[in-house]
Amino acid sequence: MHIPDGFLDVKTVIATAVFSVTGLGTALQHAKKHLQSREIPLVGLTAAFIFVAQMLNFPVAGGTSGHLIGATLAMVLLGPSVAIIVMSSVLIIQATIFADGGLLALGANIFNMAIIAPVSSYIIYKVLRGLVRDTRGQLISASVASWCTTVIASVFCAAELAWSGTATWSVVFPTMVGIHAIIGMGEGLITMLVLSAIFKTRPELLTNSSLHTKRKENRPSFIYGAVIVIGLLLFIAPFASQLPDGLDRVAQSLGFESKKIENQGFLTPLKDYRFWGIESQPLSIIAAGMTGAGVIFALSFLLAGVLIPKQKNVDHSPSST
Amino acid sequence: MRHDFIDRYSRLDSPVHRLPSYAKLFFSIVIIFTSILVPIHYFWVFMLFFTFLILITLMSTIPWRFIGVRLLFLEPLALGIAVMSLFQQHGFEIFLSILIKSSLCLFTMILLSNTTPFSEILSLFRRIGFPALLITVLALTYRYLFVLMDEAARLRRARDSRMFVLRRSRIWLSLTSLLGQLFIRSTERSEKIYTAMISRGWK
Repeated sequence: MHIPDGFLDVKTVIATAVFSVTGLGTALQHAKKHLQSREIPLVGLTAAFIFVAQMLNFPVAGGTSGHLIGATLAMVLLGPSVAIIVMSSVLIIQATIFADGGLLALGANIFNMAIIAPVSSYIIYKVLRGLVRDTRGQLISASVASWCTTVIASVFCAAELAWSGTATWSVVFPTMVGIHAIIGMGEGLITMLVLSAIFKTRPELLTNSSLHTKRKENRPSFIYGAVIVIGLLLFIAPFASQLPDGLDRVAQSLGFESKKIENQGFLTPLKDYRFWGIESQPLSIIAAGMTGAGVIFALSFLLAGVLIPKQKNVDHSPSST
Repeated sequence: MRHDFIDRYSRLDSPVHRLPSYAKLFFSIVIIFTSILVPIHYFWVFMLFFTFLILITLMSTIPWRFIGVRLLFLEPLALGIAVMSLFQQHGFEIFLSILIKSSLCLFTMILLSNTTPFSEILSLFRRIGFPALLITVLALTYRYLFVLMDEAARLRRARDSRMFVLRRSRIWLSLTSLLGQLFIRSTERSEKIYTAMISRGWK
């Protein structure tokens, strides 16, 4: 999902840069206020850990392999604000040392993978944690959250590419979401297995870490939410609705229109992208998403039952999380 | 253990390496920004940039083979996204334009990262005004990346020497428990690092 340079046009580069600076700035400010100085090395080491984890290849069918992205893992281990810092550091180092992901596309990459991913996984994780409270619930929520997050981040990635005029929405959206619905399954499985491995040896790292308790995330949550909603309105709303895009007109009058193409693709079948005959496109997308999330939930539930030994009255009261 | 596949040539000694890091970062941003801004019809601009980068490479004494391998390694990722641009009107034109632009940007970034040590990029970030916390985290990440890679390699060797049957499900289970172990070890290490930092007068 690392977007290289040359794929995004100037308006997307600037917009995503503004979003990621706001999000990362808020996270840093929040961390500065609430992070004990004892925990700062842990943030750096977790970033290094995520980096190494991303380099480990997991064999998938037919000689291909996949790897972890790690936003949800970092979020479950350290909370959303620290996860934003961790993922941003990973992306900055990948761009400047490996040339993996562009330099000016860094804003978009940080926005997708280091802000949207941890924050949306935090929201989904919190909601699901409220429903199922025990350790198994924690693993299931983490797994479902990683799948949803991977897909959500890929939707934003697709929207940014379409917004830049590199590819049409009708092609880039199904492709990106389709691929990442599969990648997300691996992500969910790996996240769940890593968490259960940590839980087996050091359960206190997941349950009563000082990073989870007594830390109010109200103000930052509001800003992250605002950034994501604005991003949603700006990038995705123009494609979801058929309203004319005001920013496109601005871009045209400013002279960026060279890449602007009419939205009539050759691939007309893909334009009629439907989910089981549901007529309206937003509805079918939502239906597809819900089905995916349901399948992942069922799978995680089954797997968690197999993986987690029955707890023998360990005192992990839900109130401590 | 050697991990110099990361930024192997960034500490060579050549006229390019001796240039101040802000100049290199500035030129890279200029090249990337103009290549985004300029339409592909102005082909000479891109030719100019490519010749400029080739000259820089010649001066920097970085082996061509290394840059070629890096480009080949990173190009498929760009190609994967670029293919999606084919499915529209004038698709091929856009595809070509993206391919040229992204190769140019990749070339620039490979050169930048292999002529500038990361510590210099960090001190540049500090002068630009990045928050101190982010700089500390980035420095720690870069420093302990190598250590954690060693740690992961050791864990992996231990696993390989104890595991004979490689069923896929077993690989997944053992790799994830390896990752869990790696995280636990890094939290333990971070406590030692904190003590070491404090005893050397940090903050």
